[in-house]
Amino acid sequence: MAALTGLERVSGAAAERPPRAWWRGVVLLLAAAYFLIPLGTSFWYTVHTPTAGVSLSAYGELLTAEGFVRSLSLSLGLAVATIVLVLLLTLPAMLAVRLFAPGLRVVMEVLCTLPLIVPPITFVVGIGTALREGTDLLAPTPLWATLIAVQDPAFPVVLVLAYVVLVLPFVYRSLDAGLRTMDVRTLVEAARNLGASWPYVLVRVVVPNLRSALASASFLTLALVLGEYTVASLLGYEPFAVWIVTVSGSKGQLSVAVSILSLLLIWLLLLAVSTVFSREKGK
Amino acid sequence: MTRSRSSKGRLGALPLLVFFALVFGVPALVLVAGAFTAQGRPSLANLTQSLQGGYLTAMIGSVRLSAVVAVLGAVIGTLLAYAVVASRSRLLREAVLTASGVLANFGGVPLAFFWIATLGNSGVVSGLVGLPSGSLYTFWGLVVVYLYFSIPLMVLVMAPALDGLRPQWREAAANNGATAWHYWRFVGLPVLAPAMLGGVVLLFGSSFSAYATANAMVGTVVPLVTLKIASALTGDVLIGYENIAMALSLDMVVVAGLVMAIYLPLQRRTSRWLH
Repeated sequence: MAALTGLERVSGAAAERPPRAWWRGVVLLLAAAYFLIPLGTSFWYTVHTPTAGVSLSAYGELLTAEGFVRSLSLSLGLAVATIVLVLLLTLPAMLAVRLFAPGLRVVMEVLCTLPLIVPPITFVVGIGTALREGTDLLAPTPLWATLIAVQDPAFPVVLVLAYVVLVLPFVYRSLDAGLRTMDVRTLVEAARNLGASWPYVLVRVVVPNLRSALASASFLTLALVLGEYTVASLLGYEPFAVWIVTVSGSKGQLSVAVSILSLLLIWLLLLAVSTVFSREKGK
Repeated sequence: MTRSRSSKGRLGALPLLVFFALVFGVPALVLVAGAFTAQGRPSLANLTQSLQGGYLTAMIGSVRLSAVVAVLGAVIGTLLAYAVVASRSRLLREAVLTASGVLANFGGVPLAFFWIATLGNSGVVSGLVGLPSGSLYTFWGLVVVYLYFSIPLMVLVMAPALDGLRPQWREAAANNGATAWHYWRFVGLPVLAPAMLGGVVLLFGSSFSAYATANAMVGTVVPLVTLKIASALTGDVLIGYENIAMALSLDMVVVAGLVMAIYLPLQRRTSRWLH
C-alpha cells in the first residue's frame, strides 16, 4: 500500500509545485491582513473624526497633554537606573563565576531563569506584601526610613529593584552569548600578567569586547521598562504605560496615537539591537 | 590557590546573590507564608478557597484562554514560518522576521488600544462589518487579540528550526521512495516536534501571565486569574482578600512552573538541531 502511494507521488512531484506556492500565498495574504489591518485602522482612528475630518491634532496634542512629559521622563529615568544596576550586578558576577568559580555557574543559570517562571503579577503581590509587612516590622529600626525612601513616588526605587529581577533572564542570556564569543580567561590573565589592575581589566579589556552584548541587553531593558504596566500600576505608581491607560478614559484618540508611537519605538529599539549584533558578526 | 580563586568568585557574585535573596527571595517567602496563613494562623483555607467558585472559574478561564491561544498560535505561526522559509525570498524573510520581532514584544496596553480602535464598540472595522456591540470584549475577542503577539512569537521560534531541516534529508527520503507524507511523518515532524512543543509552552506561558492587555480591554468581563488577583489586591477593601491574592499567585506560579519544566528541557533538545 505504501509502495503504491509512493510511486504515484514520485511521478506527480513535478506537478506538485504550483499548488504549494498557491497555498503559501494564501497564508501570507491572510497573515498580512490580520497584522496590517489593525495597524492601518488604528492610524485612521487617530487622524479621522466624523466632525473634524482628517487631522494630525491627536499627535500634536501629545506634547501638551497633562502628565505626558512627567510619566515619560519617569519611565526613562527608571529605565536608565535599571540598566545601570542590572549591569553592575550581573557583569561582575558572571565574570567571577567564569574565572574563579565554575561550580557556581549552574546556580547562576537557575537564579537568572527563575524570574521567567514567576508571572509579574504574582511578583507584585509578593513585593507589595513584603513592603507592607516590612514597614510594620521594621518601624522601630533605622531600616524603616530606607523602606519608606524606596517607595518615594517621585522616583520609586522599588520599581527599579523589581525591574532588575524581571529583566535578569534577558540580560543574563545576552551577556552569556557575548561572553561565549571571547576567551575571557586568556584575555584577563594576559592583562593581569602585564600588570593591569582589576578595574582596568574590567573597563578596558572586558567591556570593549562585550560592547554589542551590553548594548542589546540595555536596549531590551529599555523596551521592557518603557512598556511595563503590571508592576507599576499595582504598586500605585504612574510611569508611561500606566499614564496611557489613565488618559484613555477621557482621550481615546490620544491613547491610540501613543500606542502607535510606542510600536514605532519598540521597532527602533529592536532595529538598534539587530544592527549592533550584525555589526559584531561582520567583524 | 584554589581557595583564593573560589573566594574571589564568591566575592564577584556576592552582590547579585544578596540582591536576589532580598528582592526576589523575601517577596517569594512572604507570598508562600501569606498563602498558608488565615487569620494569623497556619492554614490551607486560602488555597482551598482559591480553588473554588469564582476563583476556580477564573483559573479555568485563564488556562483555557492560554491553551486555545497556544495551540492556534502554534499552528498558524508554524504555517506562516514555513510559508516564509519555503518561499526562499530573502526580502520576504527579512521583512516577516523583523516584523515578528517587533510584534512578539508588542503586548501590554498599546495592543489593547489597537484592537479597541479596530474592533471595539466604536472601532473602525466593527462599524464596516456590522460587528455586534461588545464582541471584542469576550473570550474569543481576547483570543484574536492575544494571537497578535503569539503568532509572531511562534514564527521566531519556528523559523530557525525550519532552517535546520536539510534539503538533503528530503532528497534522501525521496530516493528511498518516501512520499511527502512519509517525509513529514518520519523525518520533518520528529525533528520539529521539540521546537513546536516548546513554542506551544512558551505561548501558553505568555498568555497565562498577561495582565495589562486584558485589564485595559475587558476589565472583569472575562474571568481571568490575573484580573482576579488584581481586584483582590486593589478593589476589595475587605481584610483577608490579600491572602486569597497570595494563594491565587501561588496557584499561578505552580502552573507556570510546570509549563517551564516542560519548556526548558525541550529548548535544550531543539538547539541540538540548529547547529
